[in-house]
Amino acid sequence: MADYKWPDAEKRTLIGKRISRLDGPAKASGKAKYCYDYNRQGLLYGKILRSPHAHAKIKSIDTSAAEKMPGVKAVKVIQGPGTEIFWAGDEIVGIAAVDEPTAEDAMRAIKIEYEVLPHHVIDNDPKSTPQDLLKPSGDQTTGEPDKAFGDADVVVEGQYGQPVITHCCLESHGATSEWTDDKSLLVHVSTQNVSGIANQMAGVVKVPAANIHVQQDHIGGGFGSKFSIDRWGNESALLSKMADGKPVKIFLERSSELMVAGARPSSYAKVKIGAKKDGELTAWESESWGTGGIGGGGAPPIPYVFNIPNQKRKNTSIANHIGPSRAWRAPNHPQACLITMSALDDLAAALKMDPLEFYFKNMELTGPRANVYRDEFKIGAELIGWKQHWHQRGDQTEGPIKRGLGLSLHTWGGLGHASDCDLTINPDGSVELKMGTQDLGTGTRTTLAIVVADSLGIPMDAVKISIGDNKYPVSGGSGGTQRSAA
Amino acid sequence: MRDDEEDVEGSGLSRRDFLKVGGISLTVPLVIGHRVVKAAGADVKVFGPNKVPIELTINGKKMSASVEPRVTLLEAMRHELDLTGAKRVCDRATCGACTVIVDGKAVYSCTVLAIEAQGRAITTVEGLMTGDKLHPVQQAFVDNDAQQCGFCTPGFVVASKAFLDKNPHPTPEEVKRGLGGNLCRCGTYMGVRAAVQQAAGAQKGGRRNG
Repeated sequence: MADYKWPDAEKRTLIGKRISRLDGPAKASGKAKYCYDYNRQGLLYGKILRSPHAHAKIKSIDTSAAEKMPGVKAVKVIQGPGTEIFWAGDEIVGIAAVDEPTAEDAMRAIKIEYEVLPHHVIDNDPKSTPQDLLKPSGDQTTGEPDKAFGDADVVVEGQYGQPVITHCCLESHGATSEWTDDKSLLVHVSTQNVSGIANQMAGVVKVPAANIHVQQDHIGGGFGSKFSIDRWGNESALLSKMADGKPVKIFLERSSELMVAGARPSSYAKVKIGAKKDGELTAWESESWGTGGIGGGGAPPIPYVFNIPNQKRKNTSIANHIGPSRAWRAPNHPQACLITMSALDDLAAALKMDPLEFYFKNMELTGPRANVYRDEFKIGAELIGWKQHWHQRGDQTEGPIKRGLGLSLHTWGGLGHASDCDLTINPDGSVELKMGTQDLGTGTRTTLAIVVADSLGIPMDAVKISIGDNKYPVSGGSGGTQRSAA
Repeated sequence: MRDDEEDVEGSGLSRRDFLKVGGISLTVPLVIGHRVVKAAGADVKVFGPNKVPIELTINGKKMSASVEPRVTLLEAMRHELDLTGAKRVCDRATCGACTVIVDGKAVYSCTVLAIEAQGRAITTVEGLMTGDKLHPVQQAFVDNDAQQCGFCTPGFVVASKAFLDKNPHPTPEEVKRGLGGNLCRCGTYMGVRAAVQQAAGAQKGGRRNG
């Protein structure tokens, strides 16, 4: 394969210029079709009956009344009697019906008996949590934290944290599946991962991945929560099979979206942090905890960015009866950032130091990027007017609105991933690029067109970009700062 | 999953009251169209409970459908008429993604029953273009990159148009407040506000408004 490199700077006519997004007119005119908008021929509306209990065992399910209702085309028990349910909103029964009101009526006609079990949905204090839901790590120690705290001139303690938050994509999670013949499935799914979906479905719907055609023109938000087909996506295909292959659309109601389709783990920490009089950071101690659902939560990488020489850390993962966690913008990093940078700000205040000076004093602790951070902070401070606007804590101005300035550092690995494409140059000079990627609204379509046009030295309107189809060459998921960023 | 306390636009009847009235109709013989019964001391039209034929006037065209009385204007447009520009997001009159203009006023179509929207002039995002030409508000959204994923955009565009129709020369603060009924999860508010200011300028100068 030929090596590719960007056109030389002097030959670029498009890269680096302000160019309106190609999908702008379609979106502003309402013509852009999201997967939620496709009304396929003979469409059936799918609904999922969900557990109202956060922790329960299913005793019995009676779907007979629902099955007899006119307009109901398929009823499928997803999790049967005897199954233990670990979060409210978990999927119990799937239904497909000729219209939405009928599907809703059918859900109400299903009788489920549960044995309700004790549940725990509080994450802000490990002490009030039943022992069997706690998974503590051992103490992790670096250097000599006890000695360093003893030698420190200033030590501050604080508790910081943030609760579970939900992704809340405006286009809820969902898919419309239809069997175009006995062995071929067409799926319109709202996803950040067009090329990856078929392989996730193949084992469940029992056809080869090659027989599963995935399409998506536009997606109404993902935010890290839409890499998987999810159970409801598979169920749309299985219900379709039961209903003679007719398309079955299952898109989550807002309440379900909030319960099961995305939770970022919580993270809290009690932090003790010590420094010398001149601001040199010497010691860190933290006890952190949080939940990401029944599987517990990840440990935040604290202290964040600043590798303080003497540390003692302990993390406790709490299992909660809530929907499972999903990735969200550098998993565990925003939590670590908030905890660490809040503690640093408190320490700077105790030292009566300008936090910017305090950061510069300790910049070597950030490792090989220290010079980059120094340059970035200089530019940022100038643009913000840090010197003019920063003040010691306590805004003495009148009125209830107070203003202050703070700063923080954030990091993530972010690498490019391999993507293949087909590029066809037609005899009339027009060009088509095909790639199994997706445009989250971050401008993937537009970026690809710019790169192709600039590389070939042709105008953008001579380039057709075809994405959002797994029959195109494989591309990766849009996440982890891979693909175009907003 | 619906907010029963919302007023059904212009009817003076809350959705919960309406459903109660709907309950009364179960005890009387079914007829096509509506009947009038006394409820809470007032004459109330009663439809259904089964599907009833309706006629809506959307973007200047008469459109027919057959829906149950509980179906909202939003659902009727999306499911029966393939007008999918308006989105169902919160389904409880808080996010604005389903905004349409009814008799000159921006309303949340998720909280208007389809049967109640009959006889009114409804404008959706699909009705704003003139031929192939974007409406100045739509063009301003493109020019100011007032969108990312774009799912909230049709609601914002329609709300912006309705707002500018009433406030052709808004201050930035008025724009902020006037579009307070629409949510964008991607966070494009700065672009949206710039777009509304551009569209207002276009209207003032009459350059883009054609």
